[in-house]
Amino acid sequence: MVRFILWRLLQAIPVIFVVITATFFLVRSAPGGPFDSEKAVLPEVKRALEAQYKLDLPLHEQYVAYLGDLSSGDLGPSFKYPGRSVNEILSSGLPVTAELGLYALTFALFVGVLAGVFAALKPNTRQDFIPMGMAMIGICMPSFLLGPLLVLVFGIYLDWLPIAGWGDLPGDKILPSITLGSAYAAYIARLSRAGMLEILSQDYIRTARAKGLPEWQVVTQHALRGGLIPVIAFLGPAFAGLLAGSFVVETIFQIPGLGRFYVQAAFNRDYTMILGTTVFLSTLIVFFNLISDVIAAWLNPRLRAQFKGGA
Amino acid sequence: MMRLFQSLVPASVLVVLLTACGSGESNVESGNREGYLHYGNGAEPQGLDPQVVTGVPENHIVRALFEGLAVKNPKTLEPEPGVAERWEISEDGTVYTFYINPKAKWSNGEAMTASDYVWSWNRALHPDTGSLYAYMLYPIINSEAYSKREITDFNEVGVKALDDQTLQVTLNAPTPYFLQLMDHYSSFAVHPETLLKHGKMTDRFTPWTRVGSIVSNGPFTLEEWSLNRRIIIKKSEHYWDRDNVALNGVYFYPTENVVSEERMFRAEQLHYTAVVPLDKIPDYRTRENSPYVQSPYLGTYYYLVNTDRPPVDNVLVRQALSYALDRDKLTRTVLQDTAIAAYSITPPDTLGYNPPKLFSYDPSKARDLLAEAGYPNGEGWPGLEIIYNTQEAHRKIAVAVQQMWKKELNIDITIANQEWKVYLNSVSQREFQVARRGWIGDYVDPNNFLDLFITDGGNNNTGYANDIYDEIILERAPKAKTREARYSLFTEAETMMMNDMPIIPIYTYTSKHLIHPSVEGIYPNLMDSLNLKYVTLHPGRRLDTESK
Repeated sequence: MVRFILWRLLQAIPVIFVVITATFFLVRSAPGGPFDSEKAVLPEVKRALEAQYKLDLPLHEQYVAYLGDLSSGDLGPSFKYPGRSVNEILSSGLPVTAELGLYALTFALFVGVLAGVFAALKPNTRQDFIPMGMAMIGICMPSFLLGPLLVLVFGIYLDWLPIAGWGDLPGDKILPSITLGSAYAAYIARLSRAGMLEILSQDYIRTARAKGLPEWQVVTQHALRGGLIPVIAFLGPAFAGLLAGSFVVETIFQIPGLGRFYVQAAFNRDYTMILGTTVFLSTLIVFFNLISDVIAAWLNPRLRAQFKGGA
Repeated sequence: MMRLFQSLVPASVLVVLLTACGSGESNVESGNREGYLHYGNGAEPQGLDPQVVTGVPENHIVRALFEGLAVKNPKTLEPEPGVAERWEISEDGTVYTFYINPKAKWSNGEAMTASDYVWSWNRALHPDTGSLYAYMLYPIINSEAYSKREITDFNEVGVKALDDQTLQVTLNAPTPYFLQLMDHYSSFAVHPETLLKHGKMTDRFTPWTRVGSIVSNGPFTLEEWSLNRRIIIKKSEHYWDRDNVALNGVYFYPTENVVSEERMFRAEQLHYTAVVPLDKIPDYRTRENSPYVQSPYLGTYYYLVNTDRPPVDNVLVRQALSYALDRDKLTRTVLQDTAIAAYSITPPDTLGYNPPKLFSYDPSKARDLLAEAGYPNGEGWPGLEIIYNTQEAHRKIAVAVQQMWKKELNIDITIANQEWKVYLNSVSQREFQVARRGWIGDYVDPNNFLDLFITDGGNNNTGYANDIYDEIILERAPKAKTREARYSLFTEAETMMMNDMPIIPIYTYTSKHLIHPSVEGIYPNLMDSLNLKYVTLHPGRRLDTESK
């Protein structure tokens, strides 16, 4: 097991290095620079700005300087927000995005697993079709549609919940969490249904039923653990996806998270900010994939045995 | 089992909803009670350093934290005393003497001095600072040479502190709009000791503007700055005119999403919105006591024409295109009456100046001109491309223009969107035939629009070059003795330029806001300029949500 983790960590290093290098050169090859603006920038002003941000150096020297700063954990100053470092912006946005992601994931797991298991118990009946149909709608419905719909119903017509903000008014975290989580809830519902269907047809379930265990014990104590393996495998990438993909929800609900900075950085050609967020998020994705692989391995008795025997 | 699940699902939904019930007092209610304005500010400001930032959201906050030598009256836009309690202008109009109000203080209680301005303007003009608005101070003698490193001694620039209270500024030429520039943030004083505590004078990226560090001189001080969440400012203890500041403070929200912003306003989370989504405007217009406020704005939306590329290198083609545009229809339909048809670059009534109107919508004249140019009824037309930066509003206009030109002139037009920075690059490299452009004035004076088109001007981008035009704008107009003489020179130049048609004007902008009925003291004006000092809140007034 330890060797498995170490091997995966070792694999991650070249992956992240390639991401850094590709991003570094790609953003610089895009037309337009960080200091282009609608009003003409005087050449002497542009020179002064480029000098302040070391953009006057040849490209390879900039690259080496960036790697040097990166190795000491310094992601550089933001171009768009003078006076702010990328580290500072990341550390201000990450807790918010992570909190939002965590709530969304909790919501997704709760609703998704419940619906999936519920459907798997009576496949191809109304009990299956209704939640699965809703899951399909959930997958298809983009958050830029669901968010405003929820806002209209619960924020404006019913006036139960605040419609924007994060931690400013009581209850303002509910709608964004549901909006962000519902697509994932739908995936999880379908995954857990498939997983449960496979497990429920296994011999050991039949044995459990033959022993006369009540159905809820069969499900919760025997089937659930195996049936949720596909869901667990999905959780790692899902959480990384939630962190990297919360841009739309953050914009709709005015949430001060990472996603808004990430997308705007690309539009602003804020080189250091694009690089910083890309490096950071790709590291997170690699890390969460690893964790979910480890958990899946630990949950799956067959894989676990393989590690014990082989590694 | 079934029953367990069947009861769990609705129960969990219920729990979520019940915990949420009753969001309590709205921001507007609590704000009215406590004297705090909740202000939709459009975007997270880049920063709060007056000599570094550019942009509208920054302007609103910086002008609340700092104050210039003179400020604009929010109703008339005429200059009135700010940090300077009075000023004298020499007879030839080139020497301004500002007398600093002895009561004017920094937010740490220190008195403001004339030398603070000398230091700050040195910083604004210094080439190493890289201030994008350095040119705002170019009317001052030798300032341009200093900022272009042609001279290095700031003492040669026409700014002198005669004593602690007296600042003398010498200009190149009489500049009627110079006092207006004193209300632009690039000319604001910053507190030298505070900046030097965090770095060199010319550093752009030190944290001197953070809560706890920043020292400012305006009616408000910085209380909280949560990145991308909100900025809170509070009434200053040391502001000279503190007794006339009604608000206790302001919350600024970075409301990037205009649709969300409008919803926040409807839910009374905001007193004021930065903009209004176009499709919501008709509904707001029909309301009694409508919170919707629209007024002319000092900006022009136009199409740049690259005068070096065929077929638009031919002036007849450019004129034909312009005559074939039904601007009234465009502003009425596509823009829902939120803009004013424009026939020249300078917006109407720019400080009493009205631009010449040399043409109108005349499709048959347009066809004649096109035929004269060699394309009768569009025959032999080589094609033409309009580029615009990716945005739905620009696309709608481009599509309407495309259809009008097709219908009236029978010519094929392609339209292409480009991502913002790509578009900026295309415009500055002049890699286009026709490109969408907007210009918002920095100060209310025709000069701010007309000097765009001097030969090789940084914002010309059309290839337009006319020696006589240059001479009027750069030499003759600044020396004009009276406002009438100056304006008639401007008319002469603008007539010349609009006959050559390097641009196709489309419309004059308007500013559009939703303002809660409990707010008073926000006056519509050409600059969309708001002085938060004059804003008052009146609890108890409700937002009408019903249409008439």
